[in-house]
Amino acid sequence: MAVGEVMRMEIPAGGELTVTTPELHVLAVDDSIVDRKVIERLLRISSCKVTTVESGTRALQYLGLDGGKGASNLKEVNLIVTDYSMPGLTGYDLLKKIKESSAFREVPVVIMSSENILPRIEECLKEGAEEFLLKPVKLADVKRIKQLIMRNEAEECKTLSHSNKRKLQEDCDTSSSSSSSSSHDDSSVKDTPSSKRMKSESENLSSLF
Amino acid sequence: MDALIAQLQRQFRDYTISLYQQGFLDDQFTELKKLQDDGSPDFVAEVLTLFFEDCVKLISNMARALDKTTGTVDFSQVGASVHQLKGSSSSVGAKRVKALCVSFKEYCEAKNYEGCVRCLQQVDIEYKALKTKLQDMFNLEKQIIQAGGRVPQVDIN
Repeated sequence: MAVGEVMRMEIPAGGELTVTTPELHVLAVDDSIVDRKVIERLLRISSCKVTTVESGTRALQYLGLDGGKGASNLKEVNLIVTDYSMPGLTGYDLLKKIKESSAFREVPVVIMSSENILPRIEECLKEGAEEFLLKPVKLADVKRIKQLIMRNEAEECKTLSHSNKRKLQEDCDTSSSSSSSSSHDDSSVKDTPSSKRMKSESENLSSLF
Repeated sequence: MDALIAQLQRQFRDYTISLYQQGFLDDQFTELKKLQDDGSPDFVAEVLTLFFEDCVKLISNMARALDKTTGTVDFSQVGASVHQLKGSSSSVGAKRVKALCVSFKEYCEAKNYEGCVRCLQQVDIEYKALKTKLQDMFNLEKQIIQAGGRVPQVDIN
């Protein structure tokens, strides 16, 4: 469920419009207790609700993806931030499992790592990671991620309403090729932003050398 | 009382700056201070406490892994603990500890036993030195607050 979808407009008798946006709920995964404490604070100070877990396995358990409790345990999570190097399931393994699940594949996943390894970064972005953050993570990084997530959610709402409009038009059209292209359009809108990020990440990284 | 507060604040400012100048702390420590406010006034102290506990645990792991009496040394096990310590020292701005971990990691990769043992000793000394320095800094903060003053924000640059 996108954050934008639950925006409620309360119009009290006085006539003032209040828009309530619920907080982003972030699941943070890191095996380091120090890093968990820091990322939790970074997210809380950025007005996010935070749940921290110490491993990829725990993360899957929390999300109900461990094959145990099943669909009844599905949690509402708007963003997953995970360390890359963890014992057992790595952040990359966790990313793959999340993208393979029907319940959580739309949830943006951000990978954090202390190591600036280009093939690792590319591999994560290719697998669908939203961003790759170099540790130590700073407040500016978290603020940027939050803005990105909220912007993406707003864009998705727009895209959905556009594709609905397009589908209505196609029903009236006689051309058959456009109906198959509408679903591709959705995914290509998504692909463009992340491939841009991949390119800019490499650019940013090369400027660090 | 105001003169006392001003003097304590001056001491605190000078002491903090010296920790950065001497390389004990880097700007990630400054980042942590940004996360502290009236709602979470002990955040930095809490994180550093966790860090020092982590140091004790990881250094003891490294010592065990480097213990020749238990068999052949597993350098990858030593390296794994060094990697973790490098990560947490980086996250709190413990600049000297982090730098030692970088050299330590190289010795592990080179399977250089003497180098590793030396690094282990140095890392132990270094985290304890930082702990003492930070305790002194936190004490100065406490004294300022007890005297009725506010802890000044120190501009490192």
